[in-house]
Amino acid sequence: MTPAYSEWIAQLNLQAHESENSLRRLPGEAGVWVFIFGDLIVFSLFFVLVMIDVGQEPETYRQSQGALSQSFGLLNTVLMLSSSWFVAHALRAARNAQGAVASALFGFAALCGLCFGIVKFFEWRAAFAAGHTVNTNNFYMYYFVFTGIHFMHVLIGMAVLAAMAIYSRGAILGERQLRMLEGGSCFWHVVDILWLILFALFYLIRM
Amino acid sequence: MSRITVVWALLVLATLASFTLRHGAAMGFRSATVAILVIALIKVRYVMLDFMELRFAPRALRMLSEGWIVLVGSILVSLFLGNAQ
Repeated sequence: MTPAYSEWIAQLNLQAHESENSLRRLPGEAGVWVFIFGDLIVFSLFFVLVMIDVGQEPETYRQSQGALSQSFGLLNTVLMLSSSWFVAHALRAARNAQGAVASALFGFAALCGLCFGIVKFFEWRAAFAAGHTVNTNNFYMYYFVFTGIHFMHVLIGMAVLAAMAIYSRGAILGERQLRMLEGGSCFWHVVDILWLILFALFYLIRM
Repeated sequence: MSRITVVWALLVLATLASFTLRHGAAMGFRSATVAILVIALIKVRYVMLDFMELRFAPRALRMLSEGWIVLVGSILVSLFLGNAQ
C-alpha cells in the first residue's frame, strides 16, 4: 500500500470533517465515476420527465399516487439506507484488514437488496392485481418503467455486493483490491441515491 | 458511535419527516412538496459526502456532485411550482 493511500485511510478513520489540509483522493477507479455520472444524468432526465408530464395532470397523479402503498415505499427506503450503512462499514473493515467482518457486512448489504426486491415483488403484484399496468396512465407508465430500471440496478448491485463479499473474505487486501471495493461500494450508494429521489417523486410529493 | 451511523440515523429521521409531510395537513401542498424535494436532495448530499467519501475526494469531483444536486433540485422545484400555479 502506498504511504499516500494509507494516510488517506487513516484520515477517514479519524476526521469527521475536511479541512484545508485534508488529503484528497478519488475513491475507486476513474472509470467508475464516468459510469456513475452517466447514470446520474440519465436518471435526471427521468426525474424531469416525471415532473413535466405528470405535473400537468395533477388529478391523475393524485389518484394514482393514492393507490400506491406508502408503507412499502417507506420500508424500501429504510432498506436502501441500511444497505448503504452496511457497505460503508464493510469498506472500513476491509481497509483495516478485517476480511471476515467486511465479507459479512457486504453480505448483509446484499440481503437488504434482496428484501428490497421482495417488497417490490409484493408491491407490483398488488398494483397488477388492482388492474394497474404500464398502459393505465402516464403516472403508472413512469412508475413501472423508472422503478423497473432502478430495480435492474438493484439486481446488478446485489451481484456486485455478493462478489465483494466473496472477494473481501480472503487475505489482507492491497491497494488495487481496495480500490475495486471502493468502486463497487460507490455504485451501490448511487443505487441508494436514485431510490431516494424516486421515492420522493412517486410516493411523497403532493400535487 | 461512528459518523456513518449518525448519518444513517439522520437519514432515516429525515425520511420519516418527509413521510409526515406527505400525510400531515400541517402545511399547504406547495410548501410540503418543496420541503419533500429539498429533504430528498439533502439526503442525497449526505450519502455522497459520508457514504461515498466525497468529503475527502478531489474538490473537482465534489463540486461536480454538489452541482448536480443543486441543478436537479432547482429544476424539479421550479417545474413543480410552475405547474402548481
